[in-house]
Amino acid sequence: MSDFIQSLDPRIVRLQVREDQPFEPKEAGDQWETYEVFHQAKTGARLIHVGSLHAPSPDLALVFAKEQYGRRSTTTDMWVVRTADIFTLHRQDIDIFETAQEKLHREPQGYMEVRKYIEEFKKRQQQEGTSDGSEAGSH
Amino acid sequence: MYGGGYIPGSASPQETPKEDPEKLAEFEEKINRGEKIEPHDWMPYEYRRQLIRMIEQHAHSEIIGALPEGTWITRAPGFKRKLALMAKVQDEVGHAQLLYSAAETLGKSREQMINDLLSGKSKYSNVFNYPAKTWADAAIIAWLVDAGAIINQTTNSKGSYGPYCRALERICWEESFHLRYGYDTVVALATGTKKQRQMVQDALNRWWRPIMHFFGPPDKISVHTEKLVRWKVKLATNDEMRQQFLNMYVPKIRELELEIPDPILHKDPETGKWVYSDPDWDEFFRVINGNGPCNKERLAVRKKAEMMGQWVRRALHNPRQQYVTPLA
Repeated sequence: MSDFIQSLDPRIVRLQVREDQPFEPKEAGDQWETYEVFHQAKTGARLIHVGSLHAPSPDLALVFAKEQYGRRSTTTDMWVVRTADIFTLHRQDIDIFETAQEKLHREPQGYMEVRKYIEEFKKRQQQEGTSDGSEAGSH
Repeated sequence: MYGGGYIPGSASPQETPKEDPEKLAEFEEKINRGEKIEPHDWMPYEYRRQLIRMIEQHAHSEIIGALPEGTWITRAPGFKRKLALMAKVQDEVGHAQLLYSAAETLGKSREQMINDLLSGKSKYSNVFNYPAKTWADAAIIAWLVDAGAIINQTTNSKGSYGPYCRALERICWEESFHLRYGYDTVVALATGTKKQRQMVQDALNRWWRPIMHFFGPPDKISVHTEKLVRWKVKLATNDEMRQQFLNMYVPKIRELELEIPDPILHKDPETGKWVYSDPDWDEFFRVINGNGPCNKERLAVRKKAEMMGQWVRRALHNPRQQYVTPLA
Protein backbone atom coordinates (compact mmCIF):
# COMPACT_ATOMS: atom_id res chain seq x y z
CA MET A 1 0.00 0.00 0.00
CA SER A 2 2.87 2.34 0.68
CA ASP A 3 3.50 2.49 -3.10
CA PHE A 4 0.61 4.90 -3.35
CA ILE A 5 1.16 8.61 -2.84
CA GLN A 6 0.15 9.65 0.67
CA SER A 7 -1.48 12.96 -0.20
CA LEU A 8 -2.96 15.57 2.15
CA ASP A 9 -6.00 15.41 -0.14
CA PRO A 10 -8.25 12.46 0.80
CA ARG A 11 -9.59 12.33 -2.77
CA ILE A 12 -6.09 11.65 -4.06
CA VAL A 13 -5.46 9.01 -1.38
CA ARG A 14 -8.66 7.23 -2.51
CA LEU A 15 -7.54 7.50 -6.14
CA GLN A 16 -4.46 5.35 -5.35
CA VAL A 17 -1.88 7.15 -7.45
CA ARG A 18 1.67 5.88 -7.84
CA GLU A 19 4.61 8.22 -8.27
CA ASP A 20 5.54 6.43 -11.47
CA GLN A 21 2.01 6.64 -12.89
CA PRO A 22 2.29 5.63 -16.58
CA PHE A 23 1.08 8.01 -19.24
CA GLU A 24 0.47 7.54 -22.96
CA PRO A 25 1.16 10.78 -24.79
CA LYS A 26 -1.95 12.27 -26.35
CA GLU A 27 -2.44 11.81 -30.05
CA ALA A 28 -3.64 14.58 -32.37
CA GLY A 29 -7.42 14.93 -32.07
CA ASP A 30 -7.56 13.67 -28.45
CA GLN A 31 -8.87 17.09 -27.36
CA TRP A 32 -11.50 17.13 -30.14
CA GLU A 33 -12.15 20.13 -32.37
CA THR A 34 -12.77 23.76 -31.52
CA TYR A 35 -15.91 25.89 -31.33
CA GLU A 36 -16.42 29.63 -31.00
CA VAL A 37 -18.86 30.81 -28.33
CA PHE A 38 -21.30 33.73 -28.54
CA HIS A 39 -22.98 35.05 -25.40
CA GLN A 40 -26.01 37.25 -24.75
CA ALA A 41 -26.07 38.95 -21.35
CA LYS A 42 -29.65 40.25 -21.44
CA THR A 43 -32.66 39.88 -23.69
CA GLY A 44 -32.58 42.22 -26.64
CA ALA A 45 -28.78 42.53 -26.59
CA ARG A 46 -26.54 41.27 -29.39
CA LEU A 47 -24.75 37.97 -28.97
CA ILE A 48 -21.06 38.72 -28.57
CA HIS A 49 -18.09 36.48 -29.27
CA VAL A 50 -16.53 35.60 -25.92
CA GLY A 51 -13.98 32.91 -26.75
CA SER A 52 -13.37 29.33 -27.86
CA LEU A 53 -13.59 25.84 -26.46
CA HIS A 54 -12.93 22.21 -27.37
CA ALA A 55 -15.83 19.79 -27.78
CA PRO A 56 -16.70 16.58 -29.62
CA SER A 57 -20.15 17.75 -30.84
CA PRO A 58 -22.34 20.89 -30.99
CA ASP A 59 -24.53 19.60 -28.14
CA LEU A 60 -21.58 19.15 -25.82
CA ALA A 61 -20.11 22.44 -27.01
CA LEU A 62 -23.22 24.13 -25.62
CA VAL A 63 -22.88 22.27 -22.32
CA PHE A 64 -19.23 23.29 -22.03
CA ALA A 65 -20.08 26.84 -23.10
CA LYS A 66 -22.46 27.11 -20.16
CA GLU A 67 -19.69 25.93 -17.81
CA GLN A 68 -16.94 28.04 -19.30
CA TYR A 69 -18.66 31.27 -20.25
CA GLY A 70 -21.85 31.30 -18.18
CA ARG A 71 -20.53 31.04 -14.63
CA ARG A 72 -20.78 34.76 -13.83
CA SER A 73 -23.54 37.41 -13.96
CA THR A 74 -26.46 36.74 -16.31
CA THR A 75 -26.87 34.77 -19.50
CA THR A 76 -30.00 34.86 -21.64
CA ASP A 77 -28.70 32.95 -24.67
CA MET A 78 -25.64 31.28 -26.12
CA TRP A 79 -24.59 30.09 -29.56
CA VAL A 80 -21.72 27.87 -30.58
CA VAL A 81 -20.29 27.38 -34.04
CA ARG A 82 -17.47 25.13 -35.25
CA THR A 83 -14.37 27.26 -35.76
CA ALA A 84 -13.79 25.40 -39.04
CA ASP A 85 -17.11 26.77 -40.35
CA ILE A 86 -16.16 30.41 -39.88
CA PHE A 87 -14.82 32.28 -42.88
CA THR A 88 -12.48 35.11 -42.07
CA LEU A 89 -10.62 37.73 -44.06
CA HIS A 90 -6.98 37.08 -44.66
CA ARG A 91 -4.99 39.32 -42.34
CA GLN A 92 -3.09 40.75 -45.28
CA ASP A 93 -6.43 41.91 -46.77
CA ILE A 94 -7.45 43.91 -43.70
CA ASP A 95 -6.19 47.09 -45.41
CA ILE A 96 -9.15 47.00 -47.83
CA PHE A 97 -10.88 49.15 -45.23
CA GLU A 98 -8.07 51.68 -45.25
CA THR A 99 -8.28 52.20 -49.03
CA ALA A 100 -11.90 53.42 -48.84
CA GLN A 101 -12.30 57.08 -49.80
CA GLU A 102 -13.89 59.50 -47.35
CA LYS A 103 -17.39 58.30 -46.58
CA LEU A 104 -19.17 61.52 -45.57
CA HIS A 105 -21.89 60.88 -48.15
CA ARG A 106 -22.85 57.79 -46.10
CA GLU A 107 -22.92 59.51 -42.74
CA PRO A 108 -25.17 62.04 -40.98
CA GLN A 109 -22.13 64.33 -40.53
CA GLY A 110 -22.17 64.80 -44.30
CA TYR A 111 -25.48 66.69 -44.03
CA MET A 112 -24.92 69.23 -41.27
CA GLU A 113 -25.11 72.47 -43.33
CA VAL A 114 -28.89 72.76 -43.86
CA ARG A 115 -29.37 75.32 -41.10
CA LYS A 116 -26.69 77.52 -42.69
CA TYR A 117 -28.41 77.33 -46.09
CA ILE A 118 -31.79 78.20 -44.58
CA GLU A 119 -30.39 81.17 -42.67
CA GLU A 120 -28.64 82.45 -45.80
CA PHE A 121 -31.82 81.95 -47.80
CA LYS A 122 -33.86 83.90 -45.24
CA LYS A 123 -31.34 86.72 -45.23
CA ARG A 124 -31.40 86.90 -48.99
CA GLN A 125 -35.19 86.95 -49.05
CA GLN A 126 -35.22 89.74 -46.52
CA GLN A 127 -32.64 91.79 -48.43
CA GLU A 128 -34.57 91.40 -51.66
CA GLY A 129 -37.71 92.45 -49.82
CA THR A 130 -36.17 95.71 -48.43
CA SER A 131 -34.41 96.70 -51.66
CA ASP A 132 -37.63 96.38 -53.67
CA GLY A 133 -40.43 97.94 -51.62
CA SER A 134 -43.15 96.93 -54.06
CA GLU A 135 -42.84 93.26 -53.04
CA ALA A 136 -43.41 93.90 -49.31
CA GLY A 137 -47.00 93.83 -48.21
CA SER A 138 -48.31 93.28 -51.73
CA HIS A 139 -49.89 89.94 -50.78
CA MET B 1 -3.04 32.14 -10.97
CA TYR B 2 0.40 32.66 -12.29
CA GLY B 3 3.45 34.62 -11.28
CA GLY B 4 6.51 35.97 -12.96
CA GLY B 5 8.35 32.73 -12.36
CA TYR B 6 8.36 32.48 -16.13
CA ILE B 7 11.55 30.87 -17.36
CA PRO B 8 12.22 32.12 -20.89
CA GLY B 9 14.33 29.12 -21.85
CA SER B 10 17.74 29.17 -23.39
CA ALA B 11 18.20 31.36 -26.39
CA SER B 12 18.99 29.26 -29.41
CA PRO B 13 20.33 31.67 -32.05
CA GLN B 14 21.14 28.87 -34.49
CA GLU B 15 17.41 28.04 -34.69
CA THR B 16 16.21 31.63 -34.89
CA PRO B 17 15.69 32.61 -38.50
CA LYS B 18 16.77 36.05 -39.74
CA GLU B 19 13.70 38.28 -39.84
CA ASP B 20 12.71 40.42 -42.81
CA PRO B 21 13.81 43.88 -41.59
CA GLU B 22 10.91 45.65 -43.30
CA LYS B 23 8.27 43.41 -41.76
CA LEU B 24 9.99 43.57 -38.40
CA ALA B 25 9.97 47.38 -38.48
CA GLU B 26 6.27 47.40 -39.41
CA PHE B 27 5.52 44.97 -36.57
CA GLU B 28 7.40 47.06 -34.02
CA GLU B 29 5.71 50.28 -35.18
CA LYS B 30 2.34 48.64 -34.74
CA ILE B 31 3.19 47.68 -31.15
CA ASN B 32 4.54 51.18 -30.54
CA ARG B 33 1.24 52.68 -31.65
CA GLY B 34 -0.46 50.51 -28.99
CA GLU B 35 -2.16 48.23 -31.52
CA LYS B 36 -2.60 44.54 -30.78
CA ILE B 37 -1.12 41.65 -32.74
CA GLU B 38 -3.70 39.07 -33.83
CA PRO B 39 -3.14 35.35 -34.57
CA HIS B 40 -2.56 35.50 -38.32
CA ASP B 41 -0.58 38.73 -38.36
CA TRP B 42 3.07 38.55 -39.26
CA MET B 43 5.21 38.16 -36.14
CA PRO B 44 8.88 37.38 -35.50
CA TYR B 45 9.75 33.78 -34.74
CA GLU B 46 11.09 34.72 -31.32
CA TYR B 47 7.90 36.62 -30.38
CA ARG B 48 5.78 33.58 -31.19
CA ARG B 49 8.12 31.20 -29.35
CA GLN B 50 8.27 33.27 -26.15
CA LEU B 51 4.52 33.87 -26.12
CA ILE B 52 3.70 30.19 -26.57
CA ARG B 53 6.00 29.32 -23.68
CA MET B 54 4.61 32.03 -21.45
CA ILE B 55 0.89 31.43 -22.11
CA GLU B 56 1.39 27.68 -21.91
CA GLN B 57 3.16 27.94 -18.53
CA HIS B 58 0.33 30.14 -17.35
CA ALA B 59 -2.29 27.58 -18.48
CA HIS B 60 -0.44 24.70 -16.80
CA SER B 61 -0.24 26.75 -13.59
CA GLU B 62 -4.00 27.06 -13.55
CA ILE B 63 -4.73 23.34 -13.74
CA ILE B 64 -1.91 22.35 -11.40
CA GLY B 65 -2.93 25.13 -8.99
CA ALA B 66 -6.32 23.49 -8.68
CA LEU B 67 -4.61 20.58 -6.85
CA PRO B 68 -3.19 22.31 -3.74
CA GLU B 69 -6.34 24.42 -3.49
CA GLY B 70 -8.64 21.46 -3.96
CA THR B 71 -6.93 19.68 -1.05
CA TRP B 72 -9.38 21.21 1.44
CA ILE B 73 -12.64 21.01 -0.51
CA THR B 74 -13.77 17.86 1.29
CA ARG B 75 -13.06 19.41 4.71
CA ALA B 76 -13.93 23.06 4.21
CA PRO B 77 -15.42 24.54 7.40
CA GLY B 78 -19.09 24.74 6.47
CA PHE B 79 -21.16 24.73 3.30
CA LYS B 80 -20.63 28.40 2.45
CA ARG B 81 -16.85 27.97 2.44
CA LYS B 82 -17.13 24.71 0.53
CA LEU B 83 -19.31 26.24 -2.18
CA ALA B 84 -16.97 29.19 -2.52
CA LEU B 85 -13.85 27.01 -2.71
CA MET B 86 -15.42 24.72 -5.31
CA ALA B 87 -16.37 27.76 -7.39
CA LYS B 88 -12.85 29.13 -7.12
CA VAL B 89 -11.20 25.86 -8.11
CA GLN B 90 -13.61 25.52 -11.04
CA ASP B 91 -12.64 29.04 -12.11
CA GLU B 92 -8.95 28.11 -12.12
CA VAL B 93 -9.62 25.17 -14.42
CA GLY B 94 -11.76 27.45 -16.62
CA HIS B 95 -8.84 29.88 -16.78
CA ALA B 96 -6.62 27.06 -18.04
CA GLN B 97 -9.14 26.48 -20.85
CA LEU B 98 -9.04 30.15 -21.87
CA LEU B 99 -5.25 30.22 -21.79
CA TYR B 100 -4.73 26.98 -23.70
CA SER B 101 -6.97 28.40 -26.44
CA ALA B 102 -4.94 31.62 -26.52
CA ALA B 103 -1.70 29.63 -26.85
CA GLU B 104 -3.23 27.42 -29.54
CA THR B 105 -3.85 30.46 -31.73
CA LEU B 106 -0.05 30.66 -32.03
CA GLY B 107 0.11 27.19 -33.51
CA LYS B 108 0.86 24.71 -30.73
CA SER B 109 -1.86 22.09 -30.22
CA ARG B 110 -3.44 21.46 -26.86
CA GLU B 111 -2.41 17.80 -27.00
CA GLN B 112 1.21 18.84 -27.44
CA MET B 113 1.03 21.31 -24.55
CA ILE B 114 -0.42 18.72 -22.16
CA ASN B 115 2.16 16.15 -23.28
CA ASP B 116 4.92 18.66 -22.54
CA LEU B 117 3.48 19.40 -19.10
CA LEU B 118 3.30 15.73 -18.17
CA SER B 119 6.73 14.85 -19.53
CA GLY B 120 8.20 17.66 -17.44
CA LYS B 121 9.33 19.63 -20.51
CA SER B 122 7.02 22.60 -19.76
CA LYS B 123 7.02 24.34 -16.41
CA TYR B 124 4.25 25.73 -14.23
CA SER B 125 4.23 28.18 -11.36
CA ASN B 126 6.60 26.94 -8.70
CA VAL B 127 4.32 27.91 -5.85
CA PHE B 128 2.08 24.89 -6.56
CA ASN B 129 4.84 22.45 -5.72
CA TYR B 130 4.27 23.18 -2.03
CA PRO B 131 1.63 21.43 0.10
CA ALA B 132 -1.48 23.03 1.61
CA LYS B 133 -1.07 21.53 5.08
CA THR B 134 -4.14 23.03 6.77
CA TRP B 135 -7.29 24.95 5.92
CA ALA B 136 -5.35 28.11 6.73
CA ASP B 137 -2.89 27.31 3.92
CA ALA B 138 -5.82 27.26 1.50
CA ALA B 139 -6.89 30.63 2.91
CA ILE B 140 -3.40 32.15 2.50
CA ILE B 141 -3.18 30.82 -1.07
CA ALA B 142 -6.58 32.27 -1.96
CA TRP B 143 -5.65 35.67 -0.55
CA LEU B 144 -1.95 36.25 -1.14
CA VAL B 145 -1.10 33.97 -4.05
CA ASP B 146 -4.15 35.24 -5.91
CA ALA B 147 -3.17 38.80 -5.03
CA GLY B 148 0.22 38.20 -6.61
CA ALA B 149 -1.38 36.57 -9.63
CA ILE B 150 -3.71 39.52 -10.13
CA ILE B 151 -0.79 41.96 -10.05
CA ASN B 152 1.01 39.87 -12.65
CA GLN B 153 -2.02 39.25 -14.83
CA THR B 154 -3.26 42.85 -14.77
CA THR B 155 0.21 43.92 -15.89
CA ASN B 156 0.34 41.31 -18.66
CA SER B 157 -3.18 42.16 -19.89
CA LYS B 158 -1.66 45.37 -21.31
CA GLY B 159 0.63 43.33 -23.52
CA SER B 160 0.68 43.24 -27.30
CA TYR B 161 -0.88 39.86 -28.14
CA GLY B 162 -4.66 40.23 -28.57
CA PRO B 163 -5.90 36.74 -27.59
CA TYR B 164 -3.74 36.68 -24.43
CA CYS B 165 -4.95 40.15 -23.38
CA ARG B 166 -8.58 39.17 -23.84
CA ALA B 167 -8.15 35.96 -21.84
CA LEU B 168 -6.39 37.89 -19.05
CA GLU B 169 -9.09 40.55 -18.86
CA ARG B 170 -11.71 37.88 -18.30
CA ILE B 171 -9.48 36.08 -15.79
CA CYS B 172 -8.84 39.25 -13.76
CA TRP B 173 -12.55 40.01 -13.73
CA GLU B 174 -13.29 36.55 -12.31
CA GLU B 175 -10.42 36.64 -9.86
CA SER B 176 -11.66 39.74 -8.10
CA PHE B 177 -13.99 37.35 -6.24
CA HIS B 178 -11.08 35.06 -5.34
CA LEU B 179 -9.20 37.88 -3.69
CA ARG B 180 -12.21 39.00 -1.63
CA TYR B 181 -13.01 35.41 -0.70
CA GLY B 182 -9.40 34.76 0.31
CA TYR B 183 -9.23 37.93 2.43
CA ASP B 184 -12.53 37.05 4.08
CA THR B 185 -11.25 33.56 4.93
CA VAL B 186 -7.95 34.83 6.35
CA VAL B 187 -9.70 37.57 8.35
CA ALA B 188 -12.11 34.99 9.82
CA LEU B 189 -9.15 33.03 11.18
CA ALA B 190 -7.05 36.05 12.19
CA THR B 191 -9.90 37.62 14.17
CA GLY B 192 -10.91 34.28 15.70
CA THR B 193 -9.67 32.20 18.61
CA LYS B 194 -6.06 31.92 19.71
CA LYS B 195 -5.85 28.54 18.00
CA GLN B 196 -7.21 29.92 14.73
CA ARG B 197 -4.74 32.82 14.86
CA GLN B 198 -1.89 30.39 15.41
CA MET B 199 -3.10 28.32 12.47
CA VAL B 200 -3.09 31.25 10.07
CA GLN B 201 0.28 32.50 11.40
CA ASP B 202 1.80 29.05 10.76
CA ALA B 203 0.40 29.03 7.24
CA LEU B 204 1.83 32.50 6.57
CA ASN B 205 5.22 31.28 7.83
CA ARG B 206 5.10 28.37 5.41
CA TRP B 207 3.95 30.41 2.41
CA TRP B 208 5.96 33.62 2.72
CA ARG B 209 9.03 32.31 0.92
CA PRO B 210 7.11 30.68 -1.97
CA ILE B 211 5.17 33.96 -2.31
CA MET B 212 8.42 35.95 -2.51
CA HIS B 213 9.57 33.46 -5.17
CA PHE B 214 6.25 33.82 -6.99
CA PHE B 215 7.26 36.89 -9.00
CA GLY B 216 10.35 35.16 -10.29
CA PRO B 217 14.09 35.60 -9.83
CA PRO B 218 15.45 39.09 -9.08
CA ASP B 219 16.13 41.33 -12.07
CA LYS B 220 19.87 41.07 -11.64
CA ILE B 221 19.83 37.32 -12.35
CA SER B 222 16.79 36.91 -14.61
CA VAL B 223 17.27 36.72 -18.32
CA HIS B 224 14.38 38.59 -19.90
CA THR B 225 15.75 40.56 -22.74
CA GLU B 226 15.17 44.15 -23.66
CA LYS B 227 13.48 42.78 -26.80
CA LEU B 228 10.64 41.18 -24.80
CA VAL B 229 9.98 44.53 -23.16
CA ARG B 230 10.02 46.34 -26.51
CA TRP B 231 7.56 43.80 -27.95
CA LYS B 232 5.32 44.17 -24.88
CA VAL B 233 5.58 40.50 -23.99
CA LYS B 234 7.01 41.48 -20.63
CA LEU B 235 5.59 44.71 -19.14
CA ALA B 236 7.15 44.97 -15.71
CA THR B 237 10.21 43.37 -14.19
CA ASN B 238 9.94 40.68 -11.53
CA ASP B 239 11.28 43.04 -8.88
CA GLU B 240 8.80 45.78 -9.85
CA MET B 241 5.89 43.39 -9.38
CA ARG B 242 7.31 42.08 -6.09
CA GLN B 243 7.60 45.68 -4.82
CA GLN B 244 4.03 46.40 -5.88
CA PHE B 245 2.81 43.33 -3.99
CA LEU B 246 4.71 44.30 -0.82
CA ASN B 247 3.36 47.83 -1.04
CA MET B 248 -0.20 46.65 -1.25
CA TYR B 249 -0.21 43.67 1.12
CA VAL B 250 2.37 44.15 3.90
CA PRO B 251 0.17 46.81 5.57
CA LYS B 252 -2.92 44.57 5.26
CA ILE B 253 -1.09 41.60 6.82
CA ARG B 254 0.26 43.75 9.64
CA GLU B 255 -3.16 45.23 10.32
CA LEU B 256 -4.26 41.70 11.26
CA GLU B 257 -1.32 41.60 13.70
CA LEU B 258 0.22 38.69 11.87
CA GLU B 259 3.97 38.52 11.80
CA ILE B 260 5.75 38.31 8.46
CA PRO B 261 8.61 35.82 8.86
CA ASP B 262 11.32 38.16 7.63
CA PRO B 263 13.09 40.11 10.40
CA ILE B 264 14.64 42.67 8.06
CA LEU B 265 11.53 43.43 5.97
CA HIS B 266 11.03 47.20 5.89
CA LYS B 267 10.54 50.04 3.48
CA ASP B 268 13.63 52.13 2.89
CA PRO B 269 12.46 55.71 3.53
CA GLU B 270 14.97 57.10 1.04
CA THR B 271 14.39 54.85 -1.97
CA GLY B 272 10.74 54.04 -1.14
CA LYS B 273 11.60 50.39 -1.89
CA TRP B 274 11.06 47.38 0.31
CA VAL B 275 14.14 45.69 1.69
CA TYR B 276 13.81 41.97 2.37
CA SER B 277 15.93 38.92 3.16
CA ASP B 278 17.20 36.83 0.30
CA PRO B 279 14.45 34.22 -0.18
CA ASP B 280 16.97 31.54 -1.21
CA TRP B 281 16.87 31.46 -4.99
CA ASP B 282 18.74 28.16 -5.00
CA GLU B 283 15.65 26.62 -3.46
CA PHE B 284 13.51 28.21 -6.20
CA PHE B 285 15.60 26.60 -8.94
CA ARG B 286 15.78 23.30 -7.07
CA VAL B 287 11.99 23.15 -6.83
CA ILE B 288 11.25 24.33 -10.36
CA ASN B 289 13.57 21.64 -11.67
CA GLY B 290 11.48 18.91 -10.10
CA ASN B 291 12.72 18.56 -6.53
CA GLY B 292 10.06 20.32 -4.50
CA PRO B 293 7.89 18.64 -1.89
CA CYS B 294 4.94 18.02 -4.26
CA ASN B 295 6.25 18.01 -7.85
CA LYS B 296 5.94 14.24 -8.22
CA GLU B 297 2.46 14.11 -6.71
CA ARG B 298 1.15 16.95 -8.91
CA LEU B 299 2.29 15.36 -12.16
CA ALA B 300 1.29 11.82 -11.16
CA VAL B 301 -2.24 12.98 -10.29
CA ARG B 302 -2.57 14.86 -13.61
CA LYS B 303 -1.34 11.79 -15.50
CA LYS B 304 -3.81 9.54 -13.75
CA ALA B 305 -6.67 11.96 -14.42
CA GLU B 306 -5.75 12.12 -18.12
CA MET B 307 -5.52 8.34 -18.36
CA MET B 308 -8.82 7.82 -16.57
CA GLY B 309 -10.57 10.23 -18.92
CA GLN B 310 -9.03 8.77 -22.06
CA TRP B 311 -11.82 6.27 -22.81
CA VAL B 312 -14.46 9.00 -22.46
CA ARG B 313 -12.67 11.28 -24.90
CA ARG B 314 -12.22 8.41 -27.34
CA ALA B 315 -15.86 7.28 -27.04
CA LEU B 316 -17.04 10.81 -27.89
CA HIS B 317 -14.50 11.32 -30.65
CA ASN B 318 -16.05 12.14 -34.03
CA PRO B 319 -13.90 10.62 -36.79
CA ARG B 320 -14.94 13.41 -39.18
CA GLN B 321 -13.76 16.14 -36.83
CA GLN B 322 -11.57 18.82 -38.30
CA TYR B 323 -9.20 20.65 -36.00
CA VAL B 324 -8.44 24.27 -36.77
CA THR B 325 -6.79 26.66 -34.35
CA PRO B 326 -9.36 28.62 -32.34
CA LEU B 327 -10.05 32.21 -33.35
CA ALA B 328 -9.90 33.30 -29.67
